[in-house]
Amino acid sequence: MRLPAFGYLEPSTVEDAVELLAINPGAEIIAGGTDLIPNMKRRQISPSTVIALGTIDGMSGIQVDDDGGVTIGALTLLHDLAASSEVPAALASAAAEIGSPQIRNVATVGGNLCLDTRCGFINQTESWRLASGLCLKADGDVCWVAPKGEECVAVSSSDLAPVTVALDAEVGLVGPDGSRTLAASDLYRSDGIDHLGKSADEIVTALTVPPRPRWRTGYRKLRRRGTIDFPILGVAVAVEVADDGRVKDARIVLGAIAPAPMRMRQAEEALVGSRLDAEAIERAAELAAKPVRPYDNVDLGSRYRKWMAPVFITRALQDLR
Amino acid sequence: MTGNVVVGRPGPRVDAADQVTGRTTFAGDIDRSGMLIGGLLESSQAHARILSVDTSAAEALPGVRAVLTGADLPVPYGILPVSQDEHALAVDKVRYVGEPVAAVAAVDADSVEEALSRIVVEYEPLDAVATIEEALASGTRIHGEGEGDNVHRRAALEFGDVGSGFDAAHLVREDVYFFGGNTHAALEQHAAVASAGLDGRVTLWSSTQVPHYLHRTLEKVLEMPAGRIRVIAAPVGGGFGGKTDPFSHEIVAAKLAMVTGRPVKIVLSRQQVFYAHRGRHPVLMWVKTGFDPEGRITAMHFKSFLDGGAYGSYGAASLLYTGSLQTSTYRIPNYKFEGVRVFTNKPPCGPKRGHGTPQPRFALECQLDEAAADLGLDPVTIRRRNLVEPFSMTVNHLRITSCGIEECLDRAVEASDFSAKHGNLPEGKGIGLAAGAYLSGAGLPIYWNDMPQSEVEIKVDRGGGVTVFSMATDVGQGSTSVLATIVAEVLGLEPSDLAMVTADTDLTPVDLGSYSSRVTFMAGNAAKEAAEGIRDRVIAAVADELGLSADVVVVAGGRVGSANDEDKTLSWADAVRAAIVRGGSLTGSGSYRAPDLAGPYRGSGVGISPAYSYSVAVVEVDCDSETGEVRVAKVWLAHDIGRALNPLLVEGQMEGGVYMGLGEALFEEQAFRHTLHRGPSLLDYKLPTFLEMPPVQSILVETDDPEGPFGAKEVGQGPLLPVIPALANAVHDALGVRVAEVPITPDKVVAAQRDIKRGGDGRFGPRSVPDYDFGRLTRVDPPGEF
Ligand SMILES: Cc1cc2nc3c(=O)[nH]c(=O)nc-3n(C[C@H](O)[C@H](O)[C@H](O)COP(=O)(O)OP(=O)(O)OC[C@H]3O[C@@H](n4cnc5c(N)ncnc54)[C@H](O)[C@@H]3O)c2cc1C
Repeated sequence: MRLPAFGYLEPSTVEDAVELLAINPGAEIIAGGTDLIPNMKRRQISPSTVIALGTIDGMSGIQVDDDGGVTIGALTLLHDLAASSEVPAALASAAAEIGSPQIRNVATVGGNLCLDTRCGFINQTESWRLASGLCLKADGDVCWVAPKGEECVAVSSSDLAPVTVALDAEVGLVGPDGSRTLAASDLYRSDGIDHLGKSADEIVTALTVPPRPRWRTGYRKLRRRGTIDFPILGVAVAVEVADDGRVKDARIVLGAIAPAPMRMRQAEEALVGSRLDAEAIERAAELAAKPVRPYDNVDLGSRYRKWMAPVFITRALQDLR
Repeated sequence: MTGNVVVGRPGPRVDAADQVTGRTTFAGDIDRSGMLIGGLLESSQAHARILSVDTSAAEALPGVRAVLTGADLPVPYGILPVSQDEHALAVDKVRYVGEPVAAVAAVDADSVEEALSRIVVEYEPLDAVATIEEALASGTRIHGEGEGDNVHRRAALEFGDVGSGFDAAHLVREDVYFFGGNTHAALEQHAAVASAGLDGRVTLWSSTQVPHYLHRTLEKVLEMPAGRIRVIAAPVGGGFGGKTDPFSHEIVAAKLAMVTGRPVKIVLSRQQVFYAHRGRHPVLMWVKTGFDPEGRITAMHFKSFLDGGAYGSYGAASLLYTGSLQTSTYRIPNYKFEGVRVFTNKPPCGPKRGHGTPQPRFALECQLDEAAADLGLDPVTIRRRNLVEPFSMTVNHLRITSCGIEECLDRAVEASDFSAKHGNLPEGKGIGLAAGAYLSGAGLPIYWNDMPQSEVEIKVDRGGGVTVFSMATDVGQGSTSVLATIVAEVLGLEPSDLAMVTADTDLTPVDLGSYSSRVTFMAGNAAKEAAEGIRDRVIAAVADELGLSADVVVVAGGRVGSANDEDKTLSWADAVRAAIVRGGSLTGSGSYRAPDLAGPYRGSGVGISPAYSYSVAVVEVDCDSETGEVRVAKVWLAHDIGRALNPLLVEGQMEGGVYMGLGEALFEEQAFRHTLHRGPSLLDYKLPTFLEMPPVQSILVETDDPEGPFGAKEVGQGPLLPVIPALANAVHDALGVRVAEVPITPDKVVAAQRDIKRGGDGRFGPRSVPDYDFGRLTRVDPPGEF
């Protein structure tokens, strides 16, 4: 597999990067490149220009803010995030399970948050896709997973995405109109093609996790092998337990099921007010798993992933006891 | 055996240091001046008529030097003489997605990609056939080859009388099993480099396991005398049977070099490797076995249905292999085998490690455990009561010689503490056992001839340097090191003293290739004979020179002469010169041809071998009963190697067999959506990683085969066989579910558990096989000695 021809630019500031993005239609950002490069080789995308962030100073590192929150630069390596004791447990453990050690040594947090959605019909070589028939997400007009549907159901496959939603995190963005912050829950849209809630000309500069001293957080990932594989179900949980041992607030967010992380509010509400005991966990897991309707478009198919949802939610919550 | 110095000593391969430090030049590393890059256009259709191929836009591209289509290579070929059904580039029709349709040679890889994308192929799509059931039912015929419809080959053989065997049985079980197909996934993608000179000679370097058969194919397809074609097998980065056919890219590279007058290199993409395939056949199996009250087998009726993919490849042999070795481990007094191989519109299946025998081995060993449970026996006892005897004949006329199956069973059971653990481990943990046997080389060559299967030549230089010439092809299994070990032992030298020239049709005498675990046994015997000829001449010369009687002269430690008087010895180099003075050129040759072992029936050529290796595996698992995930805690593997020429290499093969077996048992599948490969990449094809690989305890059992070189037998393929059913049996012990289908993925385990909760029997897998007429039954009397 060969890369298509493309122009390559190395800005030295975020502002320059934003400007280059604006004046080069069809340009793409590259951070670690572990998602972008394979996608380009497979001709899922063929950007005219690739704009590298790696040459910009000050975009990496993990910093504890004055209020006790944590700001993580977009270029922070997953390896460093995984090794950090400053960040909530769920974030570090999710990072530690991404890809393989080699990938974590080059892949970045920003790249992971913006990871393209995945599907067995799209993450294939061009010749494979021509044999299959092109699909909605790249140059075609059919979805081969849900042929009657009009929407792309490619799966949000970032391990960090559901965790950031569960942590009520925010991303810092810089675009042509200046900078802003966006709640992680608004960064994701339930559309396999246009899956990010930021505009294409905005660059993610950082991830900010609010201070939550009383919260316990965790992440459970389903995949075939102990390394390399993308999640085919991710469960991020965060629970605030009051002094009386009862749940004051909760987040249950599922990844790798739909084009966006899914926040299971009904299950969260069911947890509130009860102790984190087996019964409450079982009820929450049942409620959270109910709406799970995976498609058969990633490894191990839909039925098994549906079966596994309550198991993994239960385990993730049990981890917090 | 006593007195061996090199034989039996563990040590790294002679090429190990170069391999692990990146110095080895694989075919894909070859770079020649003026070299062009070649590429293949893959069919986008599973089954279609080719109406036209327009190459003009590709030819017009600057940088493109040649474009070929099927019309340029019209001669059909195929590895077996009975299946000459392939073309280097599709002619008239395509039969699977990925089949090569056209080829390009250009100045660089980008130009190749661009040129390939400009070739316009007009197809008329035809209905495509995806499964065994569809192939047997479909009116669409995808092939002019074979026995009709989509049937490539059928077989129906009965040895003894199964009817009376079943009548006499106390228990008769009928079970259905399915073995999903998988592929070799060698690390090295196939690669070939060709060059053509103005002298009308063509040279091809290729990552092939079979330079001799490739040579014959090129002779046929290029319509050139064999003497003008030189095939060199470059060091092979893993084969496992995946580089045992002649391939499109090899023929195309040669043709492109001839057309352009420049060297041409083609490296298959990983996707193209999945499409080239020739891997494990998916096999649907029905097994009916009768047992007496003590668990002794009274009769077995075995049916297999093979999904062959689009072409013949080794399929005619693969079909028979699914029926031939059931009898090699257990005494089956009456045995009937019926099988059919169908064509489907998918990449062709062929031989993968164990060729056609892991599938029936899986079925047989699972069913033995199921029968044991019915009879109130444990897995060890039922096997022990059925073991074949050393030096015996099987009902289907296999000649068994040395046989260490009982010792393998004893030692694997003891090392693993199997009997204490089986049935007694806590919920979720389990232990399973299975046996297997494999050929030490197929008894017959692929094309009928009376010539030796292996020849080796040795040339000794005046400085004492010894060069060994053999076409045996090191595909990572260490065959070059094994030959060096044998020659070094005979000549009293060290393996590292020898220059090994291998796998080059201009330089080396024929060896049929690295398949059917034949090289140690066959080339090893030829090497031993060649070395002994050299040794005898050197001994005679030294005896003469030193005035000793020849029978007291020994070769050892680089010296030749009296065993007990250091003064009456010569250095190896002086001894060699003495021999050259007396007899001229010091060269020797040896050859090996297997004894005539064929039985009195058509099809008996498949399964015969001069010796069989035996293995017993015990696998312990730790299952997650909620997720169905199976973690392998440990594997114990006992293997009857005959004699370990180099125990380190033997253990390497055993551990590799465990790795591959567990991969097949748990993860790997050549999976399709109808006819389209689900994910021809190493991300989607789930090879186990380091994290999935358990500790392995290898137990070497030595039985000194009377015909093997220094008593040695094979270890390349056999150890894989029992691993897969042992794993399946362990999962059953752990969770009570019988996943009668490979791979045993977590979704199947959970489905089987859910079945139990709903009152079912906890079996996952197909329950029936098609009602099919396998054709006229050949009845064969058991051998006289049976
Ligand atoms: C074999 C393999 C296994 C993998 N396994 C996993 C896994 O288990 N879990 C998982 O989550 N991922 C996995 N990945 C995907 C990928 O490696 C990670 O998601 C990684 O974090 C992506 O980061 P990157 O820096 O390499 O992104 P890049 O490839 O550089 O970028 C990814 C996307 O984000 C955009 N982007 C990058 N940075 C920014 C930014 N600052 N602002 C705006 N847009 C940006 C890019 O334009 C691109 O579209 C795997 C990849 C491979 C090849």
